[in-house]
Amino acid sequence: MAAEPQASILAIAGMALVTYLTRAAGLFIATRVRLIPRTEAFLAGIPGAVLISIILPGLARGGPAEWAAAAVSLGLALKTRNLLAAMLAGVAAVWALRQLGG
Amino acid sequence: MRPAPSRITFGWDGVRAGFARTLPVALGVASYGLVYGVLARQAGLSLGEGLGLSGLVFAGASQFVALDLWVHPLPVSALILTTLAVNLRHVLMGATLRPWFGGLTPLQAYGSMFFMVDEGWALTLTELNAGGCRASFLLGTGLALYLAWVGSTGLGMTAGALLGDPARLGMDFAFTAMFLALLAGMWRGKRDLLPWLAAGAVALLVEHFAPGKWHIVAGGLAGGLTGALRHGR
Repeated sequence: MAAEPQASILAIAGMALVTYLTRAAGLFIATRVRLIPRTEAFLAGIPGAVLISIILPGLARGGPAEWAAAAVSLGLALKTRNLLAAMLAGVAAVWALRQLGG
Repeated sequence: MRPAPSRITFGWDGVRAGFARTLPVALGVASYGLVYGVLARQAGLSLGEGLGLSGLVFAGASQFVALDLWVHPLPVSALILTTLAVNLRHVLMGATLRPWFGGLTPLQAYGSMFFMVDEGWALTLTELNAGGCRASFLLGTGLALYLAWVGSTGLGMTAGALLGDPARLGMDFAFTAMFLALLAGMWRGKRDLLPWLAAGAVALLVEHFAPGKWHIVAGGLAGGLTGALRHGR
């Protein structure tokens, strides 16, 4: 499988380069463009929106076990503000509910 | 929250705090690194190629997608373009860090950015929004996740066949649970409702019709735009 080491080196280097550029570009642009309040409002809305976009499609593909465990995590996070507790409770809940569900 | 630039620090205590906060999440990341290592070996990657990808690209989602494309002869440009598409969400994430990273030296700021991944970014933003001013927190989260990801890739490629499926222990749910808990902390009140609904609807729609991770970019933009349109009303 090591028949074309140059191609794999080229692919890995290219993938690493474009990935780093995506990581640097946001800060680079945001520190150079003068921000008006409306742009600030745009940026302020992104974190929650990105998290929802990461979470929701996976949850939608899940079933009752995942949905109930999500409610456990969310409820505990709102009540205690304890990240670790919310995470562990969610994992334990999904594990237990999947056992029940077969 | 808008910190005074003079209060922002970049030191080892921030790195340590970020590293410690990330350890439980790093465990979840490691369980996925093991799976990645096993699949990478099955896809025919050498140990050097697998470690090279995890160590230099360091972006799990795009690396999993790339395994599907890893057939010989390698489609080099397709691999690079797909990686770019999957990782475009980083642009949005990086822009949100400007209030804390805008005043750092280029080496501090752009060195840290190499280590920005979804989990570490979300933890860092939560920490800084709560009034933290140690910008090096991000580097700490990144180092913990980097060690977990690269180490578990190597372990998965060499000894991974002995390990089971992380879904068996519910570990696959660790990320969803963590992101949900961080989301709960980001709620600023009723003004977030419409942007979040818009983000969720767009993400579900785009995820249904487009491959890769475009739904995160689209949902993030939709939420930001909705917030901007409602600004001042």
